[in-house]
Amino acid sequence: MNTSTFTNWSLETDEQNTAWLRLATQDSGPNILGRKVLEELDHLLEQLRTDRPAGLIITSGKTNGFIAGADIKEFTQIKNQHEALELISDGQSVFDKLEALPFPTLALINGYCLGGGTELALACDYRIALDDPKTRIALPEVKLGIHPGFGGTMRSIRLMGPLAAMNMMLTGSGMDTRRAKRTGLIDDRVPERQMESAARQVILKQPGRRRMNWQGRLISLPGIRSLIAQQMRKTVRKKAQQDHYPAPYALIDLWEKFAGNEQNMLKQEARSVSELILTETALNLIRVFNLQTGLKALGNRKFFRPVHVHVIGAGAMGGDIAAWCALMGMQVSVQDLNRTALAATMQRAGKLFKRRFRSHPQLATAAMDRLIPDEAGIGIAQADVVIEAIVEKLDVKRTVFRDVEQKAKPDALLATNTSSIPIEQIAEDLDDPGRLIGLHFFNPVARMPLLEIVLGPQTHDSVKEQAMAFSRHIDKLPAAVKSSPGFLVNRILMPYLLEGVLMEQEGIPASIIDQAAKQFGMPMGPLELGDSVGLDVCLYVGKILAGDDATAVPHRLEKLVNGGNLGKKSGQGYYRWVKGKPVSDNKNIGEFDIQEIQDRLMLKYLNESVSCLREQVIADGDQLDAAMIFGTGFAPFRGGPLHYINVTGAADLRSTMVKLSEKYGDRFKPDEGWDLIEN
Amino acid sequence: MSRLRANRPVYIVDGLRTPFLKARGRQGPFKAIDLLVGCGKPLLLRQPFDNEAFDEVIIGCVMPGPNEANIARIATLRLNAGTATPAWTVQRNCASGMQALDSAAQRIRHGYSDLVLAGGVESMSQSPLLLNDKMVNWFADLNQSRTLLDKLKTISRIRPGYFKPVIGLLCGLTDPVVKLSMGQTAEVLARKFSINRNEMDEFSVQSHKRVSHAQEAGYFNHEITPLFDPSGKYYELDDGVRHDSSLEKLAKLKPYFDRKYGMVTPGNSSQITDGASLLVLASEDAVNKYDLQPRAEIVDCQWSALDPGMMGLGPAHSISQLLHQNRLAPEAVDYWEINEAFAAQVIACLRALENEDYCKSELGLKKAFGIIDQDRLNVDGGAISLGHPVGASGARIVLHLLNVLEREQATTGVASLCIGGGQGGAMLIRRSTP
Repeated sequence: MNTSTFTNWSLETDEQNTAWLRLATQDSGPNILGRKVLEELDHLLEQLRTDRPAGLIITSGKTNGFIAGADIKEFTQIKNQHEALELISDGQSVFDKLEALPFPTLALINGYCLGGGTELALACDYRIALDDPKTRIALPEVKLGIHPGFGGTMRSIRLMGPLAAMNMMLTGSGMDTRRAKRTGLIDDRVPERQMESAARQVILKQPGRRRMNWQGRLISLPGIRSLIAQQMRKTVRKKAQQDHYPAPYALIDLWEKFAGNEQNMLKQEARSVSELILTETALNLIRVFNLQTGLKALGNRKFFRPVHVHVIGAGAMGGDIAAWCALMGMQVSVQDLNRTALAATMQRAGKLFKRRFRSHPQLATAAMDRLIPDEAGIGIAQADVVIEAIVEKLDVKRTVFRDVEQKAKPDALLATNTSSIPIEQIAEDLDDPGRLIGLHFFNPVARMPLLEIVLGPQTHDSVKEQAMAFSRHIDKLPAAVKSSPGFLVNRILMPYLLEGVLMEQEGIPASIIDQAAKQFGMPMGPLELGDSVGLDVCLYVGKILAGDDATAVPHRLEKLVNGGNLGKKSGQGYYRWVKGKPVSDNKNIGEFDIQEIQDRLMLKYLNESVSCLREQVIADGDQLDAAMIFGTGFAPFRGGPLHYINVTGAADLRSTMVKLSEKYGDRFKPDEGWDLIEN
Repeated sequence: MSRLRANRPVYIVDGLRTPFLKARGRQGPFKAIDLLVGCGKPLLLRQPFDNEAFDEVIIGCVMPGPNEANIARIATLRLNAGTATPAWTVQRNCASGMQALDSAAQRIRHGYSDLVLAGGVESMSQSPLLLNDKMVNWFADLNQSRTLLDKLKTISRIRPGYFKPVIGLLCGLTDPVVKLSMGQTAEVLARKFSINRNEMDEFSVQSHKRVSHAQEAGYFNHEITPLFDPSGKYYELDDGVRHDSSLEKLAKLKPYFDRKYGMVTPGNSSQITDGASLLVLASEDAVNKYDLQPRAEIVDCQWSALDPGMMGLGPAHSISQLLHQNRLAPEAVDYWEINEAFAAQVIACLRALENEDYCKSELGLKKAFGIIDQDRLNVDGGAISLGHPVGASGARIVLHLLNVLEREQATTGVASLCIGGGQGGAMLIRRSTP
């Protein structure tokens, strides 16, 4: 068989007459199912249908994983629903062809397997996955505002039953191999040494194929199905409003109305996706995905290859930064004179590693072994990266870095995790102040993807590149920001938060204020956010940002802090916190002008974003949008604060601000930057 | 003893140990491998060379856990000290830790290795409960039973006695040849050298007082690295010491080994303890290559054997031979460590070395060996107050002896242990004066 015409696939037949189809897309990145790749697959399947091998095994020719999904770039080129439908139907027909092959087919999943990759695997008779913590199988389409469209909805439900399949698609989160096997998504999980052997034996023996069990068939019955669908909608509603995120609701509708008839469900699946893919939400979520890719590309891993990270300070932040770096494969020494703090760090790290490596405990042990408590700070001398995370006091930090500069390797990256002190001030006493940079992590470190790379005016460019590279080695998204007060994220959040504080002081209940923010799409209202961060921290940062303006921080905040009500950590702030959750009093929203509350909050937020763009705190609007989404969870379906301004219309928003300033005073005076945007 | 290819000097350049944690009934917080890794991480962190620079790793351990076969290699891998670094585990009962040092020293001395991580470990609290033979065979039969009827028949054969566990630790501490527990061998020595209960208890009180004082003075601070367990606790002190130890209190304890008529009590014996101790040994080449600071030289090590029923006298034998080989008089030794397996046993060694008859008939000397001054022996206490994690003690006493020599600006020291099965070991170190 001549496969030379195919640039992405290679086909071989082994001695037992099984065909091996390997995908290695031409570019160096992960395997993506673009139009060209699918066209080639279509031809190959035609050929195989006539060649009639004993079986077909589809796997990846790359070592970094199986298939990362469809080509998202192609999504953004779709102009109308007709084009969308065509693209989806073409993909569906390829996978239908795969499913209809008259010999056994098997997907051999070596690493991550996402979206279209999973749908391809679902169209095979069997699925075998490499038993490795890096193997994750997911249908994450919902995160892009759509749902699976290449037959994935019908086939996953048929295979795993409605509960497991819908859960997988509604959350979009990945399964490890253990769960994938338990839910029936894969037939087996095997170690690397048995990958080929297992695939061959399954093709040879053709064991019974998996199908949903009787419970699955029971809840698929029409009446029961409606009840379950209602329940699913209720659960989804807790996480996402329908007008913000239509895809999960569309997915539930699809199942409720059309499950039971495979052909019709495929048709309806295509229709549903073609409708979703052009919604504002999907466009914005795809934008967010691209922003994420953009941030990732800013760090060049090859520029700097750190092995050892030294963290000074084993407090809540320092300890968690150390644990995260160890999780990411670094050798980490964590320095603190306080043994209780070191012990707490080790405990939290142990829990993190255990959770992340649930089915591979030896990897949790290895991560623990990489993390070394280091009272004396011996690790500084060997470290490639030194991160200081101690108390926010300028003179203490200066002393630390004077010492670090003497002991550290000359090419080690020296960084401070300060959230409020200008980098250049901390660097002042160094022999080479240009060595110092800010690495501002967000809490909780293990969950927040953003890392602010804070550049002092003195910071060397090469040091910036080192820091950007480091952020990729520890799987964080880098956002290079200027060392001005509050940097970017805290600076934009603070006016929003303080406006919330002020409204509560005016007598609007905290839960109403927060609800207004959530209705906009924020993951947390300003007061719940304040409580979570710690009101003392808010007060501290607020004062720094206020500068000389003594009235800028509402006195109610100061009163709460002085009374020891610090929020989540003390159990009482704007909310009472029980078991890490705020107790809400569910006030009736009707009495308050919810639109005005929302305007007051969000316009403060947007205005500060505009101000940061004008001052070039960050390189451009896209990076600003990305930073606010990945650092604070700014409503992703709105595509970022600046994008929201562009879509809504800067002039309208500005005029609302002017009205608010007439009512509430100068704090609503539009920033000069609005002029730049309106043009 | 013949010396092979070369006779190169062997240096101790660094060392650390864990706190010694007394076993308190339930399993302790650390398995042996975790003790080793917890001890090795900070020790390796402070070396100026890469972890992979070691030519080999040698660890003494008497009873590694069932998942810890060749514990030295597991530690090497977990310490990130190189997939290409060979590692082996040695066992000479209570002297396993010293055996590891001696093996490492010989490998360096003869030119096979330049840089060796060596030491010892024991997690005695984790020592296993075993099934007795009847139970083991019953399980085997059950496994062999094919039909349901067969299985029921086998099941019906089980008797309460089958459930009596065998305590692994006690087996290890009993000599299978003369059928004496280690404590009973101490009773033998007490009779032979007329050591009374009061003398044993006095010796033990002194051991506790010395540790108490040393802790207060911070003498162990350079030697111990804290351990952190998964539950967020940390351990920084040897916790077996009783600061309020007194003769009256010790006098109240009942004999444990010969329960009715004996004198050896838990109070005048070493404690059951978990701990690890690691040293970095280097050749002159390695010292120069990595710019290391030699702290002491391991000059020699001597092993001797005797009647297993009198195993406690092992140090007397090995010490006299060691000093004879090196043409040293007892007065030339500045400080001594003799592992305190039992108070009676240490006292017996001192008496034997002072006793002309014993020295002539058993040690082959022409006259009495001489007096070991108690003011220069175990100056900061010993296993009675610190505990005796059998595999680790040999490495601990050498490490501590080095620290004493440095503190007192002294030069020559001898560390010695008695060894179950009737042996003794003694190591001579000489501090390098910079």
